[in-house]
Amino acid sequence: MADRTLPIHGALDLTPPREHESTLLETLHSWVVTVDHKKLGLMYMMMAIFFLLVGGVEAICIRIQLAVPNNHFLSPQVFNRFFTMHGTTMVFLTGIPLIFGFANYMVPLQVGARDMAFPRMNAFSFWVTLFGGLLLYYSFLGGSGLYGMGNAPDVTWWAYAPLTARAFSPGHATDYWALALIVTGIGTLGAAINVIATVLCMRCKGMTLMRMPLFTWLMLVDSGLLLVTITPLTAAQVMLVIDRYLGGHFFDTQAGGSAMVWMHFFWIFGHPEVYVLVFPAFAIASEVIPVFSRKAIFGYPAMVAASVGIAFVSLGVWAHHMFTVGMASVSNTFFVLSTMLVGIPTGIKIFNWLATMWGGKIRFQVPMLFCTAFLFQFLAAGLTGIMLSVAPWDWQLHNSYFVIAHFHYILVGAIVFNTFAGIYYWFPKATGRMMNQTLGKWHFWLFLIGFHVTFDTMHFVGFEGMPRWIYTYPADRGWGQLNLVVSIGGIIQGIAVLIFAYNLISSLFVGKVAGNDPWDAWTLEWSTSSPPPDYNFATDPVVRSRRPLWDLKHPEDPDWKYEA
Amino acid sequence: MLRHWFRQPRTSTLAALLLALCPALAFAAGPQATPSIFAPASTPAAEIRSLSYFVLEITGTIFVVVGGLLAYVVVRFRARDTDDNREPAQIYGSTQVELAWTVIPVLIVVVLFLTTARMIFAIQEAPKPQSALSVTVVGHQFWWEYRYPDLGIVAANELHVPLSSTQDPKPTFMKLLSADVDHSYWVPQLSGKIDLIPNHPNELWIDPLQPGLYLGQCAQFCGVQHANMLLRVYVDTPEKFAAWVQNQQQPGVQDPAVAQGRRTFETQACMNCHAVRGTAATGRFGPDLTHLMSRDTIASGAVPNTSDNLRQWIKNPDSLKPGSLMPAMHLSDTQLDQITAYLETLK
Repeated sequence: MADRTLPIHGALDLTPPREHESTLLETLHSWVVTVDHKKLGLMYMMMAIFFLLVGGVEAICIRIQLAVPNNHFLSPQVFNRFFTMHGTTMVFLTGIPLIFGFANYMVPLQVGARDMAFPRMNAFSFWVTLFGGLLLYYSFLGGSGLYGMGNAPDVTWWAYAPLTARAFSPGHATDYWALALIVTGIGTLGAAINVIATVLCMRCKGMTLMRMPLFTWLMLVDSGLLLVTITPLTAAQVMLVIDRYLGGHFFDTQAGGSAMVWMHFFWIFGHPEVYVLVFPAFAIASEVIPVFSRKAIFGYPAMVAASVGIAFVSLGVWAHHMFTVGMASVSNTFFVLSTMLVGIPTGIKIFNWLATMWGGKIRFQVPMLFCTAFLFQFLAAGLTGIMLSVAPWDWQLHNSYFVIAHFHYILVGAIVFNTFAGIYYWFPKATGRMMNQTLGKWHFWLFLIGFHVTFDTMHFVGFEGMPRWIYTYPADRGWGQLNLVVSIGGIIQGIAVLIFAYNLISSLFVGKVAGNDPWDAWTLEWSTSSPPPDYNFATDPVVRSRRPLWDLKHPEDPDWKYEA
Repeated sequence: MLRHWFRQPRTSTLAALLLALCPALAFAAGPQATPSIFAPASTPAAEIRSLSYFVLEITGTIFVVVGGLLAYVVVRFRARDTDDNREPAQIYGSTQVELAWTVIPVLIVVVLFLTTARMIFAIQEAPKPQSALSVTVVGHQFWWEYRYPDLGIVAANELHVPLSSTQDPKPTFMKLLSADVDHSYWVPQLSGKIDLIPNHPNELWIDPLQPGLYLGQCAQFCGVQHANMLLRVYVDTPEKFAAWVQNQQQPGVQDPAVAQGRRTFETQACMNCHAVRGTAATGRFGPDLTHLMSRDTIASGAVPNTSDNLRQWIKNPDSLKPGSLMPAMHLSDTQLDQITAYLETLK
């Protein structure tokens, strides 16, 4: 479809042809010292995918251990480390780099800029984030954990006080955890500031805020939310380190400190963090669904308002993670209400995506397959979220496998699914080659089946009273069969991810040449060459509507006539 | 009308469908090996179940309607080979439609919120009747201490409470404390869970309506052996409970036949952590052993309380519960036999 592309005037690639093939060392050097938003974006993505695989291996080990009762595949100490590392890795070393991978690559292209606002800080943020991840994993070699027997952190990714106090967690494992999160937090803040500055200051002529692609809108809101939420997390980590080494008593219950203070600090970060992680999934859906349905997004202003609304409300719901800690009835009631309110803007988003598909001509290519599954799974996850917001029911469900199922429905069913959608969608832009669609379909269907076998079943394990974080369970509880099913689903997902990894690497070399605009899409990134030149656009583009390429392709019926 | 929803437990079609998928989630009044939240045997758990059915009906309806719409859209509006290549009509939005799908969810939230709020207050603010039994639960890494302040009893790991009934309510009100880190008390058939947090006393009440043994376990990660911090709640008929109380109030049995074992127990480090009432052993770090033999299990429910297990547990606790805080004392075989024999007299 490359011949149908209509590049914006002046957006042609004027890069002179390369004079010589660069050596491996030169290539490596160019990546290490780069301040180019596209290369940094790709490095964020590679970091995220690498840690996704690492965290995935940890998850598979956890599932093998739990497949049958009284299993001895992992010792309790190793099991506790693995689920702590799995959670921490997936949230901080996969989820957050994914945001900035997509944002770094796409936001400047979508707003018609030549780079991020602060390219050097961009590089700094990436390397600091990566260093934080390596620091966390160095704990496997450098820390010694509970009872001097081990290394990596084993206090869960919530790290509730006072288990993290030196009395209960001697050694340095917990220090690695706290310091690694402080370090990645610095990288995250830098990257978030950069996205905000880019969106606010670097938009091309004609791109008003209300003409920005929804993807960019969501990344803006997401970065703002990160600025607000990373701060209390970092503050809490600093207090924890003070407690452990400078004789502070913030969380030291033996000396009158408060375990509750940690919970509040952690969850005022931790709950908005869930939205922070899911916003990129919304962002990708808001690009892929219109393009593959061949229709403009339905209710653009409502979508923007819903995104901002979710961000605001999400800052007031944190204590729904604390219904069982013994808050007053009035506090519990308040957080029930605020939590249920999130459902309203979330519902609006789902309905708008559905309305976008309604009346369209939906092309079920691989990105759209993932997005359709996302819609279904996000709907289900939202509804189990409503169930959990019902505080008395949460007294039963909290910390059971039902909760694990619920948030994996978001983290995998929404975020990972749409990450795959985004990769299949933008891989041609970033590399100039298409990913293999047949392998992509294998990947999709296997992953979908594996996902549902695992996480649908997990809800029922929770109903049957199985709590999270247990390394084994007695045979007479009757949890064995369902757990075996859950584990089998996990392995199917693992195979699907391997197919994806193979597809990713092989397409890099043998993929079909993509052209500038393989999906016949409408946002600015598709107007430049694939991969885009260093400067993105030779001359600054000018836009008159939310879909500049639609206007070019359909001069008889342009968007700007209809947009308010 | 809302009151009606949880006045009488309802069996809804949706929940039935859900249960059909999962045979172990049967409706049972008595204790079960699988501690399902849908098999309540006590008022708080039963009220939560009826509330959960109500919520399931609403969320299930939304799921079917919106999921159905999605399925319809996917089938109806897919691109077909026979299509012309023209783009479909572009529709940018509709204020009326947006309003509709904002207002309807608001109404649903109002209903769900009011129902939930009422239930929170009903369970959390339930008055404590005169007839209630008071128990103080103290969470330790990795076992449970039970103190009955009105009865002068200290027990461990196996909670005994009297049977309650609608005619003659005899609920148990627990005060929950922690000696070290956070724990959580969860016996799904009896009630929801509540955390045990240092410096933050909590309360929980149950009124079990069927006798028997109810299982549960710690639900907040508390360290290496979180998984084997198991909960066993014995709901006894009034006569059985009275007999149990009567026995627990006695000091430890002093059998001269095992005097040597008792001496070993008191001269080794055992008594630093364990108490046997009526003797010099008054330790508080580990479970009170005054009536050890009245318990079915040791190591907080990890293994049955048999002679072999007891001996193995004293010899090397890590072999039964790796990471448990009880140290292996490196006793000789003779000492092990003596101490085991002594402990076995503590009925």
